[in-house]
Amino acid sequence: MAVTAFAILRLRNLYAVVMLSSIYSLMAAAIFVILDAVDVAFTEAAVGAGISTVLALGTIALTTDREKKPSHTKILPLLVVCLTGAALVYGTLDLAHYGDLNAPAHQHVGPDYLKDAPVKTGIPNVVTSILASYRGYDTLGEVTVIFTAGVGVILLLGNWRLMGRRREEDDG
Amino acid sequence: MDSYLVLRVVAKLLMPFILLYALYVQFHGDFGPGGGFQAGVIFAAGFILYALIFGLKNAASVLPVGILRFGIALGVLLYAGVGVFNLLIGGKYLDYSGMAHDPVHGQHLGIFLVELGVGITVTSVMVMVFFTFAGHRKAEGDD
Repeated sequence: MAVTAFAILRLRNLYAVVMLSSIYSLMAAAIFVILDAVDVAFTEAAVGAGISTVLALGTIALTTDREKKPSHTKILPLLVVCLTGAALVYGTLDLAHYGDLNAPAHQHVGPDYLKDAPVKTGIPNVVTSILASYRGYDTLGEVTVIFTAGVGVILLLGNWRLMGRRREEDDG
Repeated sequence: MDSYLVLRVVAKLLMPFILLYALYVQFHGDFGPGGGFQAGVIFAAGFILYALIFGLKNAASVLPVGILRFGIALGVLLYAGVGVFNLLIGGKYLDYSGMAHDPVHGQHLGIFLVELGVGITVTSVMVMVFFTFAGHRKAEGDD
């Protein structure tokens, strides 16, 4: 994954960058599978490696496939990235170890969910029952976000604009 | 795209399996990994593959843009409507327990409908976004 990330940074051909980020996504999905987060891996593989690759290719077809040379210096972005990275690494020091039963995540509501969710909802997949039932509001919010994104794309890139432009041309 | 015989044949062979798998992920999400979101994306991927190989016009005749626009809103409305329905029958918003005689069955039904709503919206938005991107270029080329 690190090799892919560096290759993405170095390359200026955007087709190759899109393909590499798709590969990166697929590897991330593999890591999620190893961590037993099958639902997340599913989403990552389908969205990250599949749909967003196609959409990125569509964007390239609309614009250009060469990345422009940056006009500004690279020092400040590098500094920001290093600082953020250091802060994130510092944050991981406080995280519980992988598989630690005493971690806060396994102490609070997690055990109740795992115990009650299959009984109360009659659904063996705890992820589904939490997403759709216990956290129904959150999921409703997510669907609304997707809805808004779709409406936004239609409004920005949809045929409205072309129709409007044609009408203006007819008027002029 | 008339010359890519292998692509066309393979895509035609794969299409039913992709769509069937999407339906499996949608309705089997209660028991295995998956759910509305993943199913919607896979379903959309199937149609995008079709549009890539057979062209936008054929894909739009299979899945008209009007239906997609309708579906984008329908999914959210179905989700929110399940919540409102629960309010109307005297329960809490998005608490599905009252939807059937047995709370467990009610939860099952509620989650099923909600996931269906998620799937419809996600499929419609993904396909619509792709159509918009691809159609934009074509419209620009026409001018």
